[in-house]
Amino acid sequence: MKKQGLQIAGFAAVVVAIQMTASLTGNVYHLTQLTMSAYYSLVVLGLCILTGYAGQISIGHAGFFAIGGYLSALLTTHNLSAHGGPIVSGLAAMGILTRRPDLYGGELLTVHPWPACIFAVLTAVAIAFAIGGPVLRLKGHYLAMATLGFGIIVYRIVLGTELVGAADGIYDVPAFPLLPGIAVSGKSSLRVTNYYVAWGFVILGMVLLLNLVRSRVGRALASIHGAEDAAEAMGIPTARYKLKIFVVSAAFAAVAGVLLTHYNGGIGPSESSVMKSVRYLAIVAIGGMANLWGTLLMSLLLNYLSLRGYFGTFDDAVFGGILILIMLFAPDGLLRRQLFEELKGAVFPSGGEKET
Amino acid sequence: MMNLDLFLQYMVAGVTYGTIYGIVAVGFNIIYNATGIINFAQGEFVMLGGMTAVTLGRFLPLPAAILGAVLVTMVVGALLEILFIRWLHRPSVLRMIVITIGLSILIREAALHIWGEGVRALPYFTGTSVTSIRLGGVYVSPQVLWVVGISAVVVAILGGFFRYTLLGMQMRACSANRDAARLCGISAKNMVTFSFMLSAGIGALGGCIVSPITYVQYDSGVPLAIKGFTVAILGGLGNSLASAAAGMLLGILESLSISVLPAAYKDVISVAILLVILFVRPSGLFGSAEAARLKEF
Amino acid sequence: MRGRNGIIVAIVALALMVGASVQAAEPIRIGAILAVTGPASFLGGPESKTLTMLTEEVNAKGGINGHKVELYIMDSGANPEKAVSFAKQLIEEKKVLAILGPSTSGETMKIKGIAEEGKTILLSCAAAEVIVNPVAKWVFKTPQKDSDAVQAIFNQMKRMKISKIGVLSGNTGFGKAGKGQIEKLAPENGITILASEVYDKTATDLTAEVTKLKADNVQALVNWSIVPAQSIVIKNARQIGFVGPIFQSHGFGNIKYVEAAGPAAEGVIFPAGRLLVADQLSDSNPQKPVLLKYKNDYEKMYKEEASTFGGHAYDAFMILATAIEKSGSTDKEKVRDAIENMRGFVGTGGIFDFSAQDHNGLDIDAFELLTVKNGKFAIY
Repeated sequence: MKKQGLQIAGFAAVVVAIQMTASLTGNVYHLTQLTMSAYYSLVVLGLCILTGYAGQISIGHAGFFAIGGYLSALLTTHNLSAHGGPIVSGLAAMGILTRRPDLYGGELLTVHPWPACIFAVLTAVAIAFAIGGPVLRLKGHYLAMATLGFGIIVYRIVLGTELVGAADGIYDVPAFPLLPGIAVSGKSSLRVTNYYVAWGFVILGMVLLLNLVRSRVGRALASIHGAEDAAEAMGIPTARYKLKIFVVSAAFAAVAGVLLTHYNGGIGPSESSVMKSVRYLAIVAIGGMANLWGTLLMSLLLNYLSLRGYFGTFDDAVFGGILILIMLFAPDGLLRRQLFEELKGAVFPSGGEKET
Repeated sequence: MMNLDLFLQYMVAGVTYGTIYGIVAVGFNIIYNATGIINFAQGEFVMLGGMTAVTLGRFLPLPAAILGAVLVTMVVGALLEILFIRWLHRPSVLRMIVITIGLSILIREAALHIWGEGVRALPYFTGTSVTSIRLGGVYVSPQVLWVVGISAVVVAILGGFFRYTLLGMQMRACSANRDAARLCGISAKNMVTFSFMLSAGIGALGGCIVSPITYVQYDSGVPLAIKGFTVAILGGLGNSLASAAAGMLLGILESLSISVLPAAYKDVISVAILLVILFVRPSGLFGSAEAARLKEF
Repeated sequence: MRGRNGIIVAIVALALMVGASVQAAEPIRIGAILAVTGPASFLGGPESKTLTMLTEEVNAKGGINGHKVELYIMDSGANPEKAVSFAKQLIEEKKVLAILGPSTSGETMKIKGIAEEGKTILLSCAAAEVIVNPVAKWVFKTPQKDSDAVQAIFNQMKRMKISKIGVLSGNTGFGKAGKGQIEKLAPENGITILASEVYDKTATDLTAEVTKLKADNVQALVNWSIVPAQSIVIKNARQIGFVGPIFQSHGFGNIKYVEAAGPAAEGVIFPAGRLLVADQLSDSNPQKPVLLKYKNDYEKMYKEEASTFGGHAYDAFMILATAIEKSGSTDKEKVRDAIENMRGFVGTGGIFDFSAQDHNGLDIDAFELLTVKNGKFAIY
């Protein structure tokens, strides 16, 4: 516990240091990309637990991100003014609906971001629960294809449905007032606040996941990853645990979707594309499959570079290349635990006791 | 309501798509049988075949261009296997999937930078883009006949190859029981390389014959791969003949779906079918549970 | 020792002074967010090439008002979140005078607010009506209005006494916008839409869709998309024996689509900017010299046919350049005002007349009704 606390504190210190450096050197702008990276990291952390620790590959996680983001966007932009009636006025009175002026000077009656967010995440979790059962019974490439199929269905639905903007997506999504005075929004005046909000969520998520990994569930997961039949034979309810982790990772993705959508002020169908899911997987792979910290650091780095356009027109190729190189030469990831031992061995070849 | 002519016209469209899917699925099966790998880059072979043929077609007559494209793609297939797959030692399924996904992306990006974003097409083998043969109330483009005809010939030759030639039998031996095959002196490693070459060649040929109808561009590979393995699983992994049949089935279902669903959701049909099959009967319509169990590489 | 030091210091000081006086005026920084790769690359590719070409040309002449142009092209791959990130980068860090692009309507709508907040000029190459309606102070667009294109088609249909049509559209932003306009303007033009189908942008065979429309006995087909499928549609339609007229949108404006469709493209009617038939225009047409120069320069440099998509980027760049010249300054407010007050600017898309209420500047006269004869574009 103490070690974990130190790690978290250390990371938090790094986060603060980055912000202070950025502000003091007049480079506050970089915080924007770092904030967006933080939200993408939430997705990746959830995927890390699922694919890295529990060994269940998912090439469709962008689907959950999209479900969260799109539902929240839809509810907070769809104008209910035209629908009179007791239900609508009742909801408005309860504060679930809010009013704000629209682009043309008229009035928009929409759902307040808080209930919209809760609804979006719960829906994503419900869907994960519903499909998780049958999907997780599959193994190997069947599992991969089922998750791929799920991602594609979400993509096709958002792309083909007029209500959610079809190819254009949804825009003019309002800021998300989390607490009085703190809102998730892209306004440049709120940049530093949003930076801390985003990384606050990430740290919270890390704490949750680290505890999960060290708990009984986490140890069960490790055994499932290693040899599922043996774990089953030992009496571990593998199906139940796999489902639990699947749902948790879906929830992480959905929350990330909601928050980033409000930060960007919109969402488009590209957020649920196959390429996005592949990127998340690539980051988990390079971070070290079962290495939460490694994955987090890699996510920070790669998403930041990608969002700043460092990879130019080779953006997709970079992630594809990462996948191949890692899988060929370092299947346990780049920042894997053994790396430290190997480096020690390389630097001090003759020294030390051999560990058994 | 639908009359017979309309129904038959939908069928023609369905058979056209279906044959394309079937060709891709056959390619999947060849590699799967030899290695247990699902090659996510299969669609890229189709794309490469079409693109290369168009480039060669600028200074070679059509049949030579097609032959050249097929050969070039076979070489690419062999290179992929040798460089990225051959030397892996008992890789996990996860690793293989991820590698082939990565390869698919790289091939696509390379194609983008080589050929640009435009679409290309070979000229129609006979006739032009507007000629059509009229059979009663139904119109068929001659190219469709070429597609179906050549595909049928390919499937037949493939069947004969596996059954009657030495090389074919060696490949089958390898896929049935690799260690036993090795004991007989068959080089398992070479069989794997050869399966990639064969798969690439078939995919490339498919790309050439459909390009007049569908065009190819640098990202044509992905949707084909997805439909292709849906069909492969639908028919039963490992069974080429079943793939051909399943391809027809999917093509026709998609085509008929236009009459009831908005066309925008047409692609949801194939994915939904994939999920249903995976959940209910992963061995596919014609496959056996034995064959469906994951093979070892 | 001290003497030598003194001489070095003097030389350095002299060099600095000379350097400072010779130093050129501050460069003009222009950003561009384009979909160079990805699903909208047939838009972003030509746009990017056009902007690169124009920047080189302008700089070779010494820049605009003596300021060289620095162009930053960022590839968003049609991903809105990248567009958002790049927009903020360009505005806040590179402090660009203006952003050209994005290529797609979805991306433009996501950064419209950012441009307004950052008080930076946005000259979009995307076509959606909603980009300039409601009018936002800093946001302009160069492509023609979809409603004008649709009206041009309907005018022709009325001349041909067509009243029952079938509509096919792609599932991209462009297709969706066109479909919307068709449905909106049909009733007041006496046109009935018997059937309407939306197909996927990667569709490779549309026989089933056109079969359905033909079975509904439509007099004419209208296809609205900007993707390669628009060539497949007309092929399939002719193959199944549909003989009525086929209308396309201005997204057909690239000879590659005509080549891809082969003989099926003969007789297709569509509204488009005059770039495609520049050499057939009469010499008194004010657009002719501009069009011919762009076409020839582009084709010489890139060895591929110029398209109307690249033309939108050309217009964006040249409008900005002209505004900078006219206002004589690089102050964002002044340049923006210069754009808004520009009248009679001759571009590839048409002749632009901007105003405070009209940030698009084009009306139905920007379109010429074109057709395909013997595999080449011709005025209908």
